[in-house]
Amino acid sequence: MTSQLVRPTTGAVRRDARQKVTGEARYAVDRTPPGCLHACPVPATVARGRVTAVHAEAVLQRPGVRAVLTHENAPRLGEADDPTLLLLQDDRVPHRGWYVAVVVADTPEIAREAAEVLDVDYAVEDHDVLLRADHPDLYTPEEANGGHPAVRERGDFAPAFAASPVRVDATYSMSALHNHPMEPHASTARWEDGGLTVYDSSQGASTVRDVLAGLFELPPERVTVVSAFVGGGFGSKGTPRPPCVLASMASRHTGRPVRLVLPRRELAAVVGHRAPTVQRVRIGASEEGVISALSHEVVTQTSTVKEFVEQAAVPARAMYTSPHSFTGHRVVALDVPSPSWMRAPGEASGMYALESAMDELAGAVGVDPVELRLRNEPDAEPDSGKPFSSRGLADCLREGARRFGWEGRDPRPGVRRDGDLLWGTGVASATYPVLLSPCKASAHAGPDGLYTVRVDATDIGTGARTVLAQIAAEALGVPLDSVRVELGSSVLPDAPVAGGSSGTGSWGWAAHKACTALREELAGRSGPLPSEGVTVEADTEEETGQESPYARHAFGAHFAEVRVDTVTGEVRVSRLLGVYAAGRILNPRTARSQFIGGMTMGLGMALTEHSTMDPAFGDYTERDLASYHVPACADVPAIEAHWVEEHDPHLNPMGSKGIGEIGIVGTAAAIANAVHHATGVRLRDLPLTPDRLLPHLR
Amino acid sequence: MEPVDRTAPAGETPEGAPEAVSTLTLRVNGTARTLTVDNRTTLLDALRDHLDLTGSKKGCDHGQCGACTVLLDGRRVNSCLLLAVVCAGASVTTVEGLSDGDRLHPVQEAFVARDALQCGYCTPGQICSAVALLHEAADGQPSYVTPPERSPDGPVSLTPEEIRERMSGNICRCGAYPNIVDAIEEAAR
Ligand code: FES
Ligand code: FES
Repeated sequence: MTSQLVRPTTGAVRRDARQKVTGEARYAVDRTPPGCLHACPVPATVARGRVTAVHAEAVLQRPGVRAVLTHENAPRLGEADDPTLLLLQDDRVPHRGWYVAVVVADTPEIAREAAEVLDVDYAVEDHDVLLRADHPDLYTPEEANGGHPAVRERGDFAPAFAASPVRVDATYSMSALHNHPMEPHASTARWEDGGLTVYDSSQGASTVRDVLAGLFELPPERVTVVSAFVGGGFGSKGTPRPPCVLASMASRHTGRPVRLVLPRRELAAVVGHRAPTVQRVRIGASEEGVISALSHEVVTQTSTVKEFVEQAAVPARAMYTSPHSFTGHRVVALDVPSPSWMRAPGEASGMYALESAMDELAGAVGVDPVELRLRNEPDAEPDSGKPFSSRGLADCLREGARRFGWEGRDPRPGVRRDGDLLWGTGVASATYPVLLSPCKASAHAGPDGLYTVRVDATDIGTGARTVLAQIAAEALGVPLDSVRVELGSSVLPDAPVAGGSSGTGSWGWAAHKACTALREELAGRSGPLPSEGVTVEADTEEETGQESPYARHAFGAHFAEVRVDTVTGEVRVSRLLGVYAAGRILNPRTARSQFIGGMTMGLGMALTEHSTMDPAFGDYTERDLASYHVPACADVPAIEAHWVEEHDPHLNPMGSKGIGEIGIVGTAAAIANAVHHATGVRLRDLPLTPDRLLPHLR
Repeated sequence: MEPVDRTAPAGETPEGAPEAVSTLTLRVNGTARTLTVDNRTTLLDALRDHLDLTGSKKGCDHGQCGACTVLLDGRRVNSCLLLAVVCAGASVTTVEGLSDGDRLHPVQEAFVARDALQCGYCTPGQICSAVALLHEAADGQPSYVTPPERSPDGPVSLTPEEIRERMSGNICRCGAYPNIVDAIEEAAR
């Protein structure tokens, strides 16, 4: 059961690789201007209540302390759609870790010590932080994340399920998960001449600029936000976060530039995370495994600050034949940190449950899990009835099965033993929607024969600098090395965030449009270019605003092989393979990195990552990288990522679908299914840590 | 604020700093640097905030991620776990000191060639760690996975398993591990 390792080294080399391997790349925290002060935020130490006093005087007497900002003296903020940014505006503590003060000092050491000794009095109230599937305050929201309707019904699920000869009814749960990008969130802010400049660790500088302009009641053109290099985000930097607000406040208050870096241990409470979910999946099928009734019901939590509903039931609306279907979400607002986007919100969590249930169905009907999925391929998107613009799931499953050596797999669970180890294999499907947002870009031709594309895209590690240059060079019909790309600053044409796997499609479309227009403009000219060159601007508002008549999704298939130690309960992944159908792959080198990166995060989700809510203290107990276990090098085998050719004319001029998130989507289910195949034990609660597995192995 | 790179001048005593400061000399990337720091300043913060060597990154400040890895007298250390004052007189090599002018170190070259990075935030630490790892293996220092039956004097052969084990102190949330292992294998050849 081996397949050849493929390590494609084709595709343009990542443009900023040299800056990153030499340490030249400057991130938000690497831009400390002269005279910069240092701010340290103070997190609430109660889970719910009110701040009754902040004893700032004692701290202000310390040498080097410049200011203590609290809800009593902090600048008043204007409007924000996101209430997690309305910081230091009132005395309310909605959850532990919520910021109640900021200390500003001459050095980071002084600020940190002062923040630690700052005395804050609270009026404490009882808190409620535990998600339960029978919580009395659960309600059905209007929408889940992404604007999806919370509930969808087709046909009549209950009677169809009752009448099905084969029924699976299983409930899966997952603890909260944290993004933990390697670069903690940070901002360096400076007010100057009534304007604000912020170096921010963000997935979208245009958005941060607009939000700061709203909060500080400035015209957007007086705010500049730079996010040139960003040390990962995975969704947690997709919306503005406390550092840019607090650093800007502190700078306005002190009249000096201010740098604020969040300590790793505070990230768990203030920059979002994947909310825990309890998911009940019911599938009614024929003896042959063809689905007639499918229900996916999600229970999750949000904070009292804002409503965020992990849309975990949404993928079930697109995946399989299901004439009778119910998909719905219920949520409860608890005294907990606000959840938000974490890589593939909805898909990663929902597909863990759905793809585990499909594996259970395969077992129940005695059909191979790959074959079972092929038997449930729909002709059109079940929920909308729209035709698929392209649907490569079957190709991915077949190609993955071939490469992985799936054929001839013994379906019996718990029979492959090698000393103390049990081993097995598992498969799961993956999906991610094609999302696109309006974007602006400009293209410039200089008299020196060089071209410059300008767009406020953000390269959070995806390779945007590289792939945008490729798109531009192709549209212009010029060599790649004659194209420069400027991105990562709000002084550039406005662009949407690096999120929803939509960056390349959205920014690339605008760059393509500007370059195509520039090429036409140049073709109509004769003689040398003027000394200032020629610039063309483009905006894709109109194109991206049109609703597609097609259902557009990327698909994938994940295959995993695991070895389970029956003495320790430890699961080791020995092989992991993904095959994707994601439109045209623009750069094999950087695409492969994104796919394996997503699969690595999926491995963590399956086996090591979890955030536990402490009922007494009301916060997540895993608040550092020693307790929140992201996969380390020794946890990760030589992962394979492949793709099938897909020519889809209904996407964007490049023919690309997003690839940043789909890698995580089916990985956890594939691994969990492999653990079941290895051991015969079906645990329905992630992650599959030794303490959970071991009692079942004896 | 210009969108350009600037920093406070090196060696300046911070305004309003407490009495508990020390002046020390470090040999950084081959050059003697004298600086005055708060005694609580870590080696990492001294490099970043006092010497403007921002290549070394802070991922956790707790010795849990490896982003701050530098070579101290040739050995890899987590610079966030060391106070600058205890390093007085020592030789420090940071990622900025690995290349020879425009010529990248073979490990840096291999990281570029193998796309062994995405966001790049862990990368300086990964690279410093890898450079030290090559020396440790050449020196014959065993790891947890080194076969006990090998000859104790010779170098340790750097299988992917050896590399994975020895690189597990450097976390990469972007998940570049398979490419990092490839790159180090390539550099070891
Ligand atoms: S910053 Fe030093 S180990 Fe993480
Ligand atoms: S490249 Fe982003 S953390 Fe390693």
